[in-house]
Amino acid sequence: MTRIGTILFRAGLLAIGLALLTACSDNWNNPYPRSEARANVAYSAFSERPKHLDPARSYSSNEAEFIGQIYEPPLQYHFLKRPYTLIPLTADAVPKPRYLDASGRPLPDDAPSSAIAESVYEIHIRPGIRYQPHPAFARDAAGRYLYHSLDSAAMAGKTQLADFKHTGTRELVAADYVYEIKRLANPRLSSPILGLMSEHIVGLKALGDTLEKAVKAHPDAALNLNDFPFAGAEAVDRYTYRIRIKGKYPQFIYWLAMPFFAPVPWEADVFYAQPGMADRNLTLDWQPVGTGPFYLSENNPNRRMVLKRNPYFHGEIYPVDGDAADRRAGLLADAGKPLPFIDEAVFSLEKETIPYWSKFLQGYYDSAGISSDSFDQAIQFSAGGTPRLTKSMRDKDIHLVTTVAASIWYVGFNMLDPVVGGLSEDRRKLRQAISIAFDYDEFISIFLNGRGIPAQGPIPPGLFGYVDGVAGLNPYVYEAHDGKIVRHPIEMAKKLLAEAGYPNGRDARTGAPLVLYFDTMASGPDAKSRLDWMKKQLDKLNIQLVVRGTDYNRFQDKMRRGNAQLFEWGWNADYPDPENFFFLLYGPNKKVANGGENAANYDNPEFNRLFERMKDMDNGPERQRVIDAMLEIVRRDAPWIFAYYPKSFGLTQGWVHNVKPNLMANNTLKYRRIDPALRATRRAEWNRPVRWPIALLAGGLLVAVAPAVIAWRRRERKAA
Amino acid sequence: MLSYILRRLLYAVPILIGVNLLTFALFFVVNTPDDMARLQLGAKHVTPEAIDRWKVEHGYDKPLLLNERAPGSARFTDTIFFRHSAAMFAFRFGKGDDGRDIGNEIRTRMGPSLAIALPVLLIGVLVNVTFALLMVFFRATYLDLWGVVVCVVLMSISGLFYIIAGQYFIAKLWNLLPISGFAGGIDGFRFILLPVLVSVVAGIGSGARWYRTIFLEEIGKDYVRTARAKGLSEVRVLFRHVLKNGMIPILTGVVVLLPLLFMGSLITESFFGIPGLGSYTIDAIQAQDFAVVRAMVFLGSFLYIVGLILTDISYSWVDPRVRLR
Amino acid sequence: MSFVPVILWTDGLIFALLGGVLALVWFIRRHPHLSAPWAAVARRPMATGAALVLAVFVVIGLLDSLHYRARLSDSPPGRPQYSVEVLSVFDKLVGKLRTHQEKTYSAPLAMQLYAKEFVERDGASVRDYPRLKYGGAHLKRADERMPDIVRRALVGVAQGLAVGVLLFGLLAAWQTRRRRIALRPWLASWARGGLSWPGRTLVLVVALLLMLGAVTVRLAAGYHVFGTDKVGQDVLYITLKSIRTGLVIGTLTTLVTLPLAIVLGVAAGYFRGWVDDVIQYVYTVLNSIPGVLLIAASVLIVQVAIEANPERFDTAAARADIRLLALCLIMGVTSWTGLARLLRGESLKLRTLDYVEAARAFGVSHARIISRHIFPNVFHLVLISIVLDFSGLVLAEAVLSYVGVGVDPSMYSWGNMINGARLELAREPVVWWQLTAAFTFMFTLVLAANLFADGVRDAFDPRREGRP
Repeated sequence: MTRIGTILFRAGLLAIGLALLTACSDNWNNPYPRSEARANVAYSAFSERPKHLDPARSYSSNEAEFIGQIYEPPLQYHFLKRPYTLIPLTADAVPKPRYLDASGRPLPDDAPSSAIAESVYEIHIRPGIRYQPHPAFARDAAGRYLYHSLDSAAMAGKTQLADFKHTGTRELVAADYVYEIKRLANPRLSSPILGLMSEHIVGLKALGDTLEKAVKAHPDAALNLNDFPFAGAEAVDRYTYRIRIKGKYPQFIYWLAMPFFAPVPWEADVFYAQPGMADRNLTLDWQPVGTGPFYLSENNPNRRMVLKRNPYFHGEIYPVDGDAADRRAGLLADAGKPLPFIDEAVFSLEKETIPYWSKFLQGYYDSAGISSDSFDQAIQFSAGGTPRLTKSMRDKDIHLVTTVAASIWYVGFNMLDPVVGGLSEDRRKLRQAISIAFDYDEFISIFLNGRGIPAQGPIPPGLFGYVDGVAGLNPYVYEAHDGKIVRHPIEMAKKLLAEAGYPNGRDARTGAPLVLYFDTMASGPDAKSRLDWMKKQLDKLNIQLVVRGTDYNRFQDKMRRGNAQLFEWGWNADYPDPENFFFLLYGPNKKVANGGENAANYDNPEFNRLFERMKDMDNGPERQRVIDAMLEIVRRDAPWIFAYYPKSFGLTQGWVHNVKPNLMANNTLKYRRIDPALRATRRAEWNRPVRWPIALLAGGLLVAVAPAVIAWRRRERKAA
Repeated sequence: MLSYILRRLLYAVPILIGVNLLTFALFFVVNTPDDMARLQLGAKHVTPEAIDRWKVEHGYDKPLLLNERAPGSARFTDTIFFRHSAAMFAFRFGKGDDGRDIGNEIRTRMGPSLAIALPVLLIGVLVNVTFALLMVFFRATYLDLWGVVVCVVLMSISGLFYIIAGQYFIAKLWNLLPISGFAGGIDGFRFILLPVLVSVVAGIGSGARWYRTIFLEEIGKDYVRTARAKGLSEVRVLFRHVLKNGMIPILTGVVVLLPLLFMGSLITESFFGIPGLGSYTIDAIQAQDFAVVRAMVFLGSFLYIVGLILTDISYSWVDPRVRLR
Repeated sequence: MSFVPVILWTDGLIFALLGGVLALVWFIRRHPHLSAPWAAVARRPMATGAALVLAVFVVIGLLDSLHYRARLSDSPPGRPQYSVEVLSVFDKLVGKLRTHQEKTYSAPLAMQLYAKEFVERDGASVRDYPRLKYGGAHLKRADERMPDIVRRALVGVAQGLAVGVLLFGLLAAWQTRRRRIALRPWLASWARGGLSWPGRTLVLVVALLLMLGAVTVRLAAGYHVFGTDKVGQDVLYITLKSIRTGLVIGTLTTLVTLPLAIVLGVAAGYFRGWVDDVIQYVYTVLNSIPGVLLIAASVLIVQVAIEANPERFDTAAARADIRLLALCLIMGVTSWTGLARLLRGESLKLRTLDYVEAARAFGVSHARIISRHIFPNVFHLVLISIVLDFSGLVLAEAVLSYVGVGVDPSMYSWGNMINGARLELAREPVVWWQLTAAFTFMFTLVLAANLFADGVRDAFDPRREGRP
């Protein structure tokens, strides 16, 4: 007995002690410290750790979620207004370009784009805006920077920014904006938009080349961008700067609302360039310095990232101009109140969707997207087909927000492929037949639970050029039926296929079956079902589809070489302009040879001509006419199967206010308001631990051990 | 003793070089530096110049193994392989392809990995030994027979099921523990409970069965019979002799695992959102971050070799007949 | 010919393996000292029962390894054209199970889909559970379903039982004739368990398997026994198809492991010196690299190879198959080290034995010494490790698929099923049948393999003789 008894006894004691320890917080499954229970903190999650937080490098939406709150470009999108409208953020007005001809003389606003040699944007920023507290700004009494010439001794024991005792701030000046534009050309940063912007901003390419040479000459020396002249942007005075654009590029204004054009203080670059900083992950790529409503106070991308309210924030008020629908939705309740509302936002790493969803239902996250598989629990459709929350969700006071994303998913045909490519009539019919056969309406209902709209062309809703309803249907795939859009019957696809030279899926000349190859990057739990679905679609036409699952690198490689046949891809809008979608089909942007974004390698001269006209036009009936003509061409040629525009459904808890999905703006956290007291009560109510399994387990153990103990006693007695 | 350890560590160098070469070869058979650059730079607006710049920045602009154009020894040193491998022997891992310092990352992630792996090992051994001793005590009775059957049944269930079931019932249905996540300090206790519980239960089947075999082997030996003949009670015999001697293979089996505990568990960590080294490795494989993969493989093989040395040392401790030369 | 046979790489290897095993069986039967331990295995009820269950799995797996491409129905007579879809004899046998696809999820034995949809009813669009196309399509009303299922199950049990009794009768007749005893004493000794082989277990297991099979066949004719998955495929079919994947991984990996482990392990132990050093170096290096990484890398290499030679892997089956083979290869390469180390230790001991030393002194060649004296004495270790490793490999497949480096995502495998089921558990109401089906089959296979392995180990390990 002695030893085994003691061990068991101690283990039991330990278990009870641990149980008591857990029991002292009221919700056993609360993933946050108890002290935070009633704090004015917003909780959400991120699924993938951000790669870059440097505004010159970051280009993905999961990164924008953070830096959008920290950095302030001159412009922003209005929170409530639709269609999306640009309003000033740090600028005092949305700039209007001045046009110059080749000899530098000003031109009128309605000058033809061929005459315009240069557009000049002059931006005035508001005075008095200050940066977040940061050691890079800290100065001593004499005005010398405290932390600009640190040696390894001074760096000893410092592992994070909080270890620097002093912080400071500085007023935002126009030169900071110019500095950031120069940073785009810094070869050490390899900004993703350098190639694109070099085509538009005067002198950016030259600056890039100069900097590259400088870096090659002194690979280890720090690069002081202020030493290099730059023609494309200059600070006119303390609060004004000018950007020079080659020719006419009306879409440039949208770039001014992206973090690429946010200000970066030179002090930050100097601070982070010191030896020992990078080894401690102290770089601008990880520790942003901005003027926005929040600053990044904790950056542990392996676990959580925390944004705190910037004490020096210049102040902004909640928008007062919204429409009646906004008022009804309670989005104007806070009109005119100072932003931001919350003190802190905690983002926890949550890689798997199931824990994410479960924690949302337990009240530990304020909002959640809906994955296809938790859909039935959350959403039901009313008789009219509009989504509504299920009763269990409504009982929890959870709200639903839906919006159609400014993105498109498509299946591309490689136009260079001998079987499916080319612009001849029979190839065109083959593509049209396949377009009809791929029943994306069914896909949307199975895989997306209705969270998508079958696409009628490359332009998603909400953008100029999109035509709603029957008027905007793609006549080569759909037909109108009592005012509803219905897919053509499969017989029509069969007929087209026969006309294309493949009656019943067989080559009319040789009798060989038509075999097509479909490349996809699909991976993850859903992949198998998706691949099966693809095969099922072409079975309808008796075409044999071989699906090839490929990893990212191989897929990219195939795209570049152009040896894919059918492939699945998508595009997210950079800015709300049809040009950003049509350019994916513009001939000179071909992926093969030119390395552009036109992965289908579609090249129709007529379409190209119209595109060149359309891109410089201002929105209006004339532009719509050109767009309609372009739509007709791509629908007939069918280089893509226009699959769907994804709809995003978001759920928010009852204690969260001021949520309106805005696909363009990435700085919406400042508008959010939460009710911590309500949240605390709800959490307590939703997470009462179920104790009987513990009792059951203990009882079960007892039952299992009892016969053993009895048998052992008996044996002992016998031995004695 | 010291010279033995030193010599064994020296032996480790060719092994580590071999490991490094193999990792390197495997990785670059399928990935060109261009692929890596594209993966890091994202999908939109990537130009060939940007790719070249990325390669220079991350040191992937050299030939892979042999630089034909360089003079003298630079033929071997001015290559991707050498530049990325040499520093590792001084445990300087450099930066991941995502720009974060790997050494820093390893230091911060070790804690969470250990916080799961160590309790799993200790509690696991405790539970398994208890279970095995009970079975041995009741050997040749129906309790032993059913104990073995239960072990085989537990063994036949895929580890994934334990995790899925644990999360579903304990965290989701009964609200007893957080479903995933991690925190440092005393607060982290709630988070490690579920993964530890699940891992221990998943390990009972094979563990207890193995220990039972060891104890049975011990119990058949002559000295045990002598002890029993002396009139010692069965419990005494079990604890005094069988457990004591049986612990030798158990402990040496555990020692080899000790250093590898730092590496964490790949599956458990990624299911429960533990920011440890296991999930770091998986992420790096999935993101094809060569710098991180190579560093983790290096660290793993180094720790494995340390584990082998520790095993030898522990043998010489528990069994004075074994001499280290 | 209305079909053209397709021999995938793994098919070829599996049948080669089968041939090898049959040859070995023939060889063992002729040598009494070799067949004795097998007779001991056969005397253990647990092991025999497990072997029977395993046999069922193996038969399904083998049927599923006979692949062909069917001729397209309307191909011109002179130039026959064949489908690109590779089917197996098993697919042909189960027929409707494969082709009866619903739209999406339906519960086991259901007659309606699992999610509501808009259905036209009396001219109005209502959101309701639509009827399945095939599952329970013969029923008119919902309340006919339960009686129908019970009836089918009972018929199945009865049929299974009938066949079982028939077989038992044949067995009894054969045994009594052979031994020239009356039926009654034979029956009595069978019921007592007094036969020299585990008769009761055998008969019981066969009867159980027959009943299960018959019930499944009965039910599957009218319903989806395990429900349907996301794209409406029958989960029973998927699970049965996954058997082959599990078996291939469990057996072919061993096929790779064995030569490496035996040759290198024995060589290291026997020759010692530099041979030993080199081999030890190789396996220390291999052992210290995390297996997941090696596997991920090799899977990628295979993908590159496939992309480079698209014409050689023109069907989805060929692509998936080569990836499966690569997985087996690399798992074999990573897992030979354990056995090799064991064999090395054993050979080190054996080479010091008197008769080996004597043989060497007489100048007998190394090859002869190894094949006559060393190998036969380590053979039991090899055998034990084969059967023990099998279950571990089947389980490993599931984990690898979860990590994303397992078999091809388009392949039927339990790992892919479990991976997909993770999301289904988050649904409400929960979709539990895919996970349950995968769990049940995998568990049965692995449990049977483990029990069989136990039996083999107990019978072969000389140290364990006379112990329970």
